[in-house]
Amino acid sequence: MKAGSKLEKVFAAGHFAVTGELGPPRGADAHHIHEKAEYLKGMVESVNVTDNQTAVVRMASMAVCRLLLDMGIEPNLQMVCRDRNRLAIQADLLGASALGIKNVLCLSGDHQKFGDHPQAKNVFDIDSIQLIAVLKKMRDEGKLINDHECEGIPQYFIGAAVNPFADPFEFRVTRLKKKIDAGVDFIQTQCIYNMEKFHTYMQQAYDQGLTEKCYVMAGITPLKSVGMARYMQKFVPGLDVPEEYIERLKGVDKKKQGDEGIKIAIEQIQEMKETKGIAGVHVMAIEWEERVEEIVSGAGLLPRPEVS
Amino acid sequence: MVVAEQKPIEEILVMVADFNKVLLTGCKGCVTVCCSGGQKEVGILASALKIARKKEGREIEIDEITLERQCDPEYVDQLEEPIASNKYDAVLSMACSVGPQYIAKRYEDILVYPCLNTTFIGGALEHGVWAEFCQACGSCGIHNFGALCPIARCAKSLMNGPCGGSAGGKCEISPETDCVWHLIYERMSRLGQLDKMGNVVMFKDWTSSRDGGPRKMVREDLKQ
Ligand code: SF4
Ligand code: SF4
Repeated sequence: MKAGSKLEKVFAAGHFAVTGELGPPRGADAHHIHEKAEYLKGMVESVNVTDNQTAVVRMASMAVCRLLLDMGIEPNLQMVCRDRNRLAIQADLLGASALGIKNVLCLSGDHQKFGDHPQAKNVFDIDSIQLIAVLKKMRDEGKLINDHECEGIPQYFIGAAVNPFADPFEFRVTRLKKKIDAGVDFIQTQCIYNMEKFHTYMQQAYDQGLTEKCYVMAGITPLKSVGMARYMQKFVPGLDVPEEYIERLKGVDKKKQGDEGIKIAIEQIQEMKETKGIAGVHVMAIEWEERVEEIVSGAGLLPRPEVS
Repeated sequence: MVVAEQKPIEEILVMVADFNKVLLTGCKGCVTVCCSGGQKEVGILASALKIARKKEGREIEIDEITLERQCDPEYVDQLEEPIASNKYDAVLSMACSVGPQYIAKRYEDILVYPCLNTTFIGGALEHGVWAEFCQACGSCGIHNFGALCPIARCAKSLMNGPCGGSAGGKCEISPETDCVWHLIYERMSRLGQLDKMGNVVMFKDWTSSRDGGPRKMVREDLKQ
């Protein structure tokens, strides 16, 4: 065991794992978090807590992670390189460990240009792959970047994200390999709609033996409406929502589009369960937490396994 | 070269609002090449300011001079005579922002204003279009990246790109901005160096960059 988190144990026991996601509020209201998190309890092994997602200021990921722990929910601390230099990153990581946070997801972070503080100076002292290496060094060597020995060695289960749909496509599997070389334990992918392209990516990863070296979780985001699908198509780089899905949403009554979206998500998860090299799914139902149970149970993934 | 662009005329008019007589200084270096602060631009800006002030009914007198280089004390010395023999309210500089600082250092008692925004170290892509190529990090490593700079040209200065935002050769920040990591990929692929791109590049040492404090270069062999 690297960190002995629930997520790690579920993988180790050979179960198909499920994670969820929660976006902290743009204010100090902790009540709201409890409400949303309650929907995820028992549905997933652990919950990602986003870090100033889309470069919009929100309650600190680490604080929300601790609130989740208090509720008996295991968090995945997301950490971006945009907002902190190597001093702040390492300090935060040590603090996270002291608070009982075991899963950390390493990200570069969206550029602040599209966030709510476009006037900000960004940091990018280190990048997401180097961040993985920082965590690994702290955990496996007990040392900071500068080789200073930590008094008290932190334990992390190290995560990272990949976008199989970004360009150049041929480089995407190499980038996954770089993350593995840097020390990643688990991967969550960008939300997947183009299953064909995803299968091509996964086949390459599988053929290169990469899925033996880390746990890959497929990202699933249920489509709420035709409007949302079109938005994703247009604004998320490289994310092509196939027309087939859009046609399906269009084919039902407007009020039923959400239900159809959930049906699609469940079918996708069924397909992921059969896909070689996929160790679990990461369900990102942002502002739709109340429907997560339906998705996870619809995919036959409830109850979640007990591990100790 | 250093690339700079002229500040909006409205901003310059505010700077000179209280003045009756100023010296407008150009530079024959980089800013002449990037068409923002050479002799020609000095003439154009002087006329524009004079016309605007005439319209307001408060004429302004502007003398023009364009130095060989404003980042060189030897040439900045040439301002001594005009400054001494005229009662200028201020000196305006159309050099990159090094120029006004040299003038301020040399002439301690006169107000100095920049007329340009110094934007980046770069070059022209085509007539009328310039782009950034270097961020002066102080320890060049572009040979590891197909001779293209990820620090200056990747929006996130990533050392292990391209990130998940790269789409169709463009950067996530704008369809107008090339993803330099896509270019690096293509070039290293052409050079047969793709295997190199599979290696994790570790932490950059920023001490030689601005992060290490204001920088100075000393050449003992040239010092007197
Ligand atoms: S590596 Fe540094 S010195 Fe070289 S081009 Fe990039 S910023 Fe400039
Ligand atoms: S899209 Fe390319 S240039 Fe833009 S931040 Fe990502 S790697 Fe850098």
